[in-house]
Amino acid sequence: MALRPVPRLELSDVTKAYGSLVAVDGVSLAVAPGEVHAVLGENGAGKSTLMKILYGVVQADAGRVMWNGEPVTIATPTAARRLGIGMVFQHFSLFPSLTVLENLVVSLPAGRSAAAIAAAATALAGQHGLAVDLRRTVDTLSVGERQRVEIVRCLLQDPRLIILDEPTSVLTPQAVEELFALLRALAASGCSILYVSHKLHEVRALCDSATILRRGRVVDRVDPRGETDASLAERMLGSVVPPPPRRAGAAAVRDRLVLRGLDRPADTPHAVALRAIDLAVRAGEILGIAGIDGNGQKQLAEAIAGQRAASAGSVLVEGKPVDRLDVGARTRAGLRYLTDDRLSEGTVGTFPISLNLLLKRIGAAPYWSGGVERPHEIATHAEELVKRYDVRTPSIETPIGKLSGGNIQKVLLARELADGARVVVFNKPTYGLDVQNIRASRRRIRDIAGQGIAVLLISTELDELIELSDRIAVMARGRLAGIVGNDEGARLRVGELMIGAAS
Amino acid sequence: MQGLFTDAFLTSLVFGAISAGIPLLLAGLGEQVSEKAGVLNIGIEGMMLAGAYVGFVAAFYSSSLWLGFAGGAAGGAAVALVMALLCVRHGLNQIVVGIALTLGVEGLTALLHHFQFGRTYPRLDAATSLPIPVLADIPILGPALFDRHPIVYVAIAMVAVMAFVYRRTNLGLDLQAAGDKPAALDVAGVDVVTTRTVAVLATGVMAGVGGAFMANIGAGLFIPFMTGGAGFIGIVLAMLARGRPLWVLAGALIFGACLSMTTALQVAGVNIPTDVIQMLPFAAVMAVLVIFGRRASLPAALGLPYVRGAR
Amino acid sequence: MSVETADTAPRGADNGRRGERSAALTRILLLSIAPILAALVIAGGILLALGVDPLAYYGFVLERGLFNGLGLQQTLTRMAPLLLLAASLIVAFRAGIWNLGIDGQFLLAAVAAGALAPALIGTLPGWLTLVVCFVAAAAVGALWSVVPALLRAYQGVNEIITSLMMTFLGVSLANVLVKLLFLDPGTTVPQTRTLPVADRLPRLLDTTVSSGLLIGLVAVIAVHLMMTKTAFGLKLRVVGANPRAAVHAGLPVAKLTVAVFAISAALAGLAGAVEILGVHGNVRADWNPAYGLAVVPLVFLARLNGFAAIAYVFAFSVLSIGGESAARRLGVPHFFTLVLMAIILILLAVVEYVDHKRRAAGKA
Repeated sequence: MALRPVPRLELSDVTKAYGSLVAVDGVSLAVAPGEVHAVLGENGAGKSTLMKILYGVVQADAGRVMWNGEPVTIATPTAARRLGIGMVFQHFSLFPSLTVLENLVVSLPAGRSAAAIAAAATALAGQHGLAVDLRRTVDTLSVGERQRVEIVRCLLQDPRLIILDEPTSVLTPQAVEELFALLRALAASGCSILYVSHKLHEVRALCDSATILRRGRVVDRVDPRGETDASLAERMLGSVVPPPPRRAGAAAVRDRLVLRGLDRPADTPHAVALRAIDLAVRAGEILGIAGIDGNGQKQLAEAIAGQRAASAGSVLVEGKPVDRLDVGARTRAGLRYLTDDRLSEGTVGTFPISLNLLLKRIGAAPYWSGGVERPHEIATHAEELVKRYDVRTPSIETPIGKLSGGNIQKVLLARELADGARVVVFNKPTYGLDVQNIRASRRRIRDIAGQGIAVLLISTELDELIELSDRIAVMARGRLAGIVGNDEGARLRVGELMIGAAS
Repeated sequence: MQGLFTDAFLTSLVFGAISAGIPLLLAGLGEQVSEKAGVLNIGIEGMMLAGAYVGFVAAFYSSSLWLGFAGGAAGGAAVALVMALLCVRHGLNQIVVGIALTLGVEGLTALLHHFQFGRTYPRLDAATSLPIPVLADIPILGPALFDRHPIVYVAIAMVAVMAFVYRRTNLGLDLQAAGDKPAALDVAGVDVVTTRTVAVLATGVMAGVGGAFMANIGAGLFIPFMTGGAGFIGIVLAMLARGRPLWVLAGALIFGACLSMTTALQVAGVNIPTDVIQMLPFAAVMAVLVIFGRRASLPAALGLPYVRGAR
Repeated sequence: MSVETADTAPRGADNGRRGERSAALTRILLLSIAPILAALVIAGGILLALGVDPLAYYGFVLERGLFNGLGLQQTLTRMAPLLLLAASLIVAFRAGIWNLGIDGQFLLAAVAAGALAPALIGTLPGWLTLVVCFVAAAAVGALWSVVPALLRAYQGVNEIITSLMMTFLGVSLANVLVKLLFLDPGTTVPQTRTLPVADRLPRLLDTTVSSGLLIGLVAVIAVHLMMTKTAFGLKLRVVGANPRAAVHAGLPVAKLTVAVFAISAALAGLAGAVEILGVHGNVRADWNPAYGLAVVPLVFLARLNGFAAIAYVFAFSVLSIGGESAARRLGVPHFFTLVLMAIILILLAVVEYVDHKRRAAGKA
């Protein structure tokens, strides 16, 4: 027994419930010193909640936490840090209006002078190649730079265990490699790493061991290096995922959506401007837009859909310019847009489903007559769409905010695809959904392309683009860096375009 | 018009600008703390009025202006405590509670004053000044700036103190972080509720002293509703100053000068109705907002309650 | 305390949900009445501390404001401007806009009506004079909201501050106008010329109640129906509940914001006209009833529902008329009403908060 080292961290039977939903259900896991341990699971499997418990953000209802063999309670993030647990967050926890140095000062325990912190940060930066300018305010940094600041902040506390929550979703493939090199070096120096992800190939490339969660429970513990993507996916999802059928190339040749030299200045000093965007999407084609989040994808989508006017250039639907039309008129012309921000932009959470289904057509016949609403028509319309799109809801009068993410997405799909869609822009259509709804959404996108609708698919998930697209365009700093056909070498070339455009 | 700018006129104008500007300065500095920390403190008008009333009563019965200012601070802080309890600790709507507190303090102070003094408005003795040697002898500026009650010096020194707090202390960084991204501050190990409570109480203390200044130094007596929107001007000053205390001082002096025009013009023998003069500061605020509106900046999480662990 | 409350209520008829709805109704009633009762107790404590018998005070207020025939007629007359102000605030608040400038809009419109009516009454027929005065008052009210509206719509400047500033400006400007421009040379009191009683808004039947009451009732109900049943009202509610969704749905948010301000301020202007043309006949210098901020708590109590607002405006009018009598007879200044309203508002916020927590816990 003496041969087995004491784990750095050991959880036994940790449970946490939110109301009737048991987010973490009797989870046990152990991480040895210097081990890179993956926590693998779909969205909603309980990974984030488990990490919040470890970092003291959320308190477990039951269970035991051992640190270096001693039982501990982690009541606050400060307590976690005092033990030597550091965390790099998925949604960055930096303060945008403060400088990098001020961010470090706020987050570190009082008693270290700003000068000492600056010196330590510079030393770390040299050691690990994590160069950041300490005097810049965070809102001027790119996402990659922000992550570097997060990592520096974490390392400054000399942690013995680092938690990384989906750290690669904002990185280029090449930056991912750099991050992995850094993590391997840290592990070699004895630091334990908990790597939270749902990306199978990353886990296989980086981690020594993996704990797989499904619906809050541990379903398996494996050595990911001896697994394949398919075998890991099977363990994670509980059933074999059929490889998606490869799409046949689009047969039609007519351009359905054409953008010509689209320009749009940045709204704020730190936002991205659109520059000279040219592209064409044929009927029945799915054109993917790849790129790291925040490189102008949202601005592009809104310039097409009409929320923001372009300053120069033109948007044509079936050959006709729609530049002078507002959102409503573009919607009527068959141009539809599914936003990535379902809750705070796509819907009014306190309004019933029936009204959310008509949000872009308020005042239109037959649902309104002379400006007065006709409850019967509104209800019939809602009942029909709820049935056709399989929205699971107690009633069409239920406030949409009470539905699950997947069902809200179905309502949005119903709203945007109904009544003569010709061109549909999807912005991160599967972001934050569980695996069932991801599959259903992707199937829906393939289906509508099969019906001859032109699809512009914006996504930060390269896998998704590879699975669905006919061609993939790469967006960086508000420009299109290039368009590649979706064939064998697509993944590599897309990555190169991302980097080439970024530097 | 050349005859207008006599020494007497200018002295009266600058003196009046300081007298009227100090309460605005304190209100603006106070509001700035709350806004930095993410609390839109609409209740500041009530805090000033509470400070004016309690400050006056304390000074009246103790015959000590310093006890008066202590009372003002306590009065303002008491109202701020209610605001902090309801809005910061429990996340109630900051605007509704702010309006309610202002209404309530207006009613309560008027009511208490009525039962205490009936229809009389007793006066305090004029404040004794503490002349600063040499400086007090400068023409025009001397009597206005350097021959005043020490609280004037304290108030102006607060500008430097607040600038130091914001620039050089952890508390200052915490305050800004609480307004910027409260959840991240919580994770960083700093208690957001405590930070914001401190901010709101600081606002109450400063606004309360400002109110007491209006009653005890400015007017020498308490009149119901006497703050007359000074707290709201403080909010505008804080909005326009974008976090910089020195700008609050500049704004407070400009608005103070507007307010003191009446007396100064009367000294100069020009007769303009008081109502026109009373419009000046508010007209100036609107003009400034029309010109600089886009640049008035407020923190990202302003007005939003912070509830820990909310999913 | 949320604007959304009204929208989460079930729409249309839900068969078989009667029990649920009546339970919900009981809850709403409890939530509305409990804070009022508690506030009366707390305010009673304040009276007691000041040496006034609270029961005698409340009794006197009810007697004078409600049970006494003349008092009741005064109460109903007082409701007219308050109902119009409530309508004004319901439009604004449901659209998520804090128009706190209604006192300035009210006062300037009152001056406009007070100055115009005596000047026109010789040349125009009586009814036309009144119509012209209403239109002018609405226009003046709306005009006084233009700057905050444009600043909010196109510059994103917080309208709470700007509209409050415009109220302070408006109060002073109203005084300037009364004292300098529209002064009645025939009296020593600084005030505008007086509209003869015969030319004022007609009274209802054989009472002293001004027909302004009807205008107020119609306005509140019309606004309620506009906000709940029309496409325009729905657009405003979308802007109020989620401005980003409004932009996403292509609603012209800036134009709607200006429209909301204009409607809200015009209604506040009508309130000023009703008060002058129905009750006073002229505007005195330094007259400022400051009804606006008192109506804010009422529309919140009513949860932005027009019909509930009518009930609360009635209750407040009783309190206000009775309180004014009590000020003369019992020596309790009418400031007491302000204190009472503030306590009610704070307790309302507390009760809503507790209820919200309790329901959230119940669901879990």
